[in-house]
Amino acid sequence: MEALVTKIREAAKKLLSDGTVDCVIGYAQGTVPMRDYPYFAYTPEEADNLTWSPFCTNNLANFLIRRPAGEKGKVAIVAQGCVSRSIVGLIKENQIARDQVYILGVPSPGMVDRRKVEALFPMKTITEVTVDGEDLIVKGKGFEERVDQKKVRRDNCYTCVQRNPVIVDELMGEEGPSDWGGNIDAVAAPWEKLEPLERWAAFEDTIKDCIRCYACRDACPLCYCHVCFVDESQPQWCGKGQDEADVATFHLLRAFHCAGRCTDCGACESACPMGIKVRRFTSKIEKDVRELYGYTPGLDLESTPPLSVYRPNDPQEFIK
Amino acid sequence: MAEKILAKDKLGGFLEGLTSKYEVYAPQESEGKAQWARLEDTDKALWEFSNTHMSPKEFFFPQSETMMRFKNVQDGEEGMVMHSEPGLGDKRLLLNIRPCDAKAFQVLDLIFVQDEMTNDFYWRDKRENTTLVGLGCSDPCPTCFCTSMNCGPHSTTGLDALLVDLGDKLLVKTLTEKGEALAEGLADASAEEIAAAEAQQKASEEQIESQVGMDQVLSREVMELYEAGHWSRVQESCLNCGTCTYCCPTCHCFDIQDETSGETGRRVRNWDSCMSWLFTMHGTGHNPRGTKLDRVRQRFMHKFKYIPAKRGGEVGCVGCGRCVQLCPVNIDVRRVVNDMNA
Ligand code: SF4
Ligand code: SF4
Ligand code: SF4
Ligand code: SF4
Ligand code: SF4
Repeated sequence: MEALVTKIREAAKKLLSDGTVDCVIGYAQGTVPMRDYPYFAYTPEEADNLTWSPFCTNNLANFLIRRPAGEKGKVAIVAQGCVSRSIVGLIKENQIARDQVYILGVPSPGMVDRRKVEALFPMKTITEVTVDGEDLIVKGKGFEERVDQKKVRRDNCYTCVQRNPVIVDELMGEEGPSDWGGNIDAVAAPWEKLEPLERWAAFEDTIKDCIRCYACRDACPLCYCHVCFVDESQPQWCGKGQDEADVATFHLLRAFHCAGRCTDCGACESACPMGIKVRRFTSKIEKDVRELYGYTPGLDLESTPPLSVYRPNDPQEFIK
Repeated sequence: MAEKILAKDKLGGFLEGLTSKYEVYAPQESEGKAQWARLEDTDKALWEFSNTHMSPKEFFFPQSETMMRFKNVQDGEEGMVMHSEPGLGDKRLLLNIRPCDAKAFQVLDLIFVQDEMTNDFYWRDKRENTTLVGLGCSDPCPTCFCTSMNCGPHSTTGLDALLVDLGDKLLVKTLTEKGEALAEGLADASAEEIAAAEAQQKASEEQIESQVGMDQVLSREVMELYEAGHWSRVQESCLNCGTCTYCCPTCHCFDIQDETSGETGRRVRNWDSCMSWLFTMHGTGHNPRGTKLDRVRQRFMHKFKYIPAKRGGEVGCVGCGRCVQLCPVNIDVRRVVNDMNA
């Protein structure tokens, strides 16, 4: 891990000092445990704040499209597998140009779900978490325990199929095996066992605590619409309150907007303050798109996204 | 106003008494977190917790609140006549509310109820019909900084009574008439018991590690702070998601909408957030807070400069630390205020 941090810093310093990029977007250590955050290094000195850990759960591709106007020079970005796949998606959707971004690819070890760690210590306050090989050392008032990282990975990191970055300008660390053994269908599977009414009940149960803060949307690199449908006011498509139908509309429409585009990076779930499992919806749609059109988002720059083309032999079952 | 003693072996009976007279809500454990819920089983009330996941703001300022109802037909006799919603009615009591949250609502009183023109019925009604029984913190979180925000782990502002845990008994500090009524029949605390509660308060205050400076923020000119260079760094990673505003006990922005369905309709007030571009979007298309930087700056300037300037020095933050814990990109209010103060 430390070698990787050094490598990222050195690469960033070089890019900033030789003027290849104006800015390196990476992660820095947060002020609270398990929260490394998106950090923008503009100078070689600032590059020393960059870090890498199992707590890098924001999808940095998001910031390629949310940069302030006037800051459109070339940037470098630290990208693990899922982030690189999001970048591919954004290039294909013409949100960024390939030559405007320099990718520091990092083969991913899988990230930790801080909520799973917190859940191991109910009602206790965690004051410090450090990484020790495969373990986390979790400290709080009156306790210190080792936790195996494998037990507290984010759900999407268990099911991840492509941890190696798919496009890279410079590779940080050693590439891992191409098949990680992740089974992405595992998330969608429970839906398929349910009858329609049970599915609806499971859906309602999943979103029952949603406070509509939209952190899931705002953390997602795919949610880049200038005006989101929930913010449209002429006409207003969706009520703005906590009415069940409106909350459900938000989640249904957002999930469908991600069809054939979501890379299952998990940034939406990591951002949600209420622990809502929003990926349950996108994963089922991901599976449908893969099975119906043979398409997995973000793997290459060449293939055409299925929802942007019409083919006479496309399956029609869903509108029968 | 008075200091009374409630032995813990009498606590069950005391709480039963409360639930028979009031609709009692208290923090209870749910999914490993302290969350507010109706107290059905008095054994379930939490006495040891750091703070509740979400603030109890919802009790006074619900996320979606029906203000009035109407019939959406123009020619009928009833058409378009507004009918007010009933007030809170039954007396409500929040048990074991943290001093920071109680203080936050006292700050919001200054905003919702200012004078005859700004006298919000919906807020006032719920405030008047709710009794707040606080529980002093003995184990503050590393993210708490209440002592820097005119507040503290045993602050009594805004409470009707404050409970201090003394091991086998609770010291009940009554602060208002509502609080006195609760403590009726309890024995007076002895000098030692009062001293023990004071010692505990001091110990809790000393445990607060985060200190946030405010002196420069308060004395600096508004425009000097507004134009400070650090905002561009604060906004870089901000998602403008609004999580910080929704979890905050003092954030209070709202949007009023009319919703109609067939012949009936209602006027509803929903939480809104300075982080949303739509919040400040004008009908003309002009947006005075058009960029991410404008919106992030607004949140901090509002809390730490505009509110103090307009409301006699009160700060729009009580240091509960929720936004620090929940911001998905770790924008830490303590760091931002320290930058404003630098
Ligand atoms: S989803 Fe895959 S690439 Fe992304 S952080 Fe998890 S394991 Fe790494
Ligand atoms: S982040 Fe969570 S609470 Fe917020 S809108 Fe999304 S699902 Fe709802
Ligand atoms: S919907 Fe969630 S998992 Fe999918 S790309 Fe967006 S943030 Fe990642
Ligand atoms: S400060 Fe954090 S919680 Fe608040 S809007 Fe920005 S990203 Fe969201
Ligand atoms: S700004 Fe943050 S710390 Fe201050 S009262 Fe609001 S949530 Fe609590």
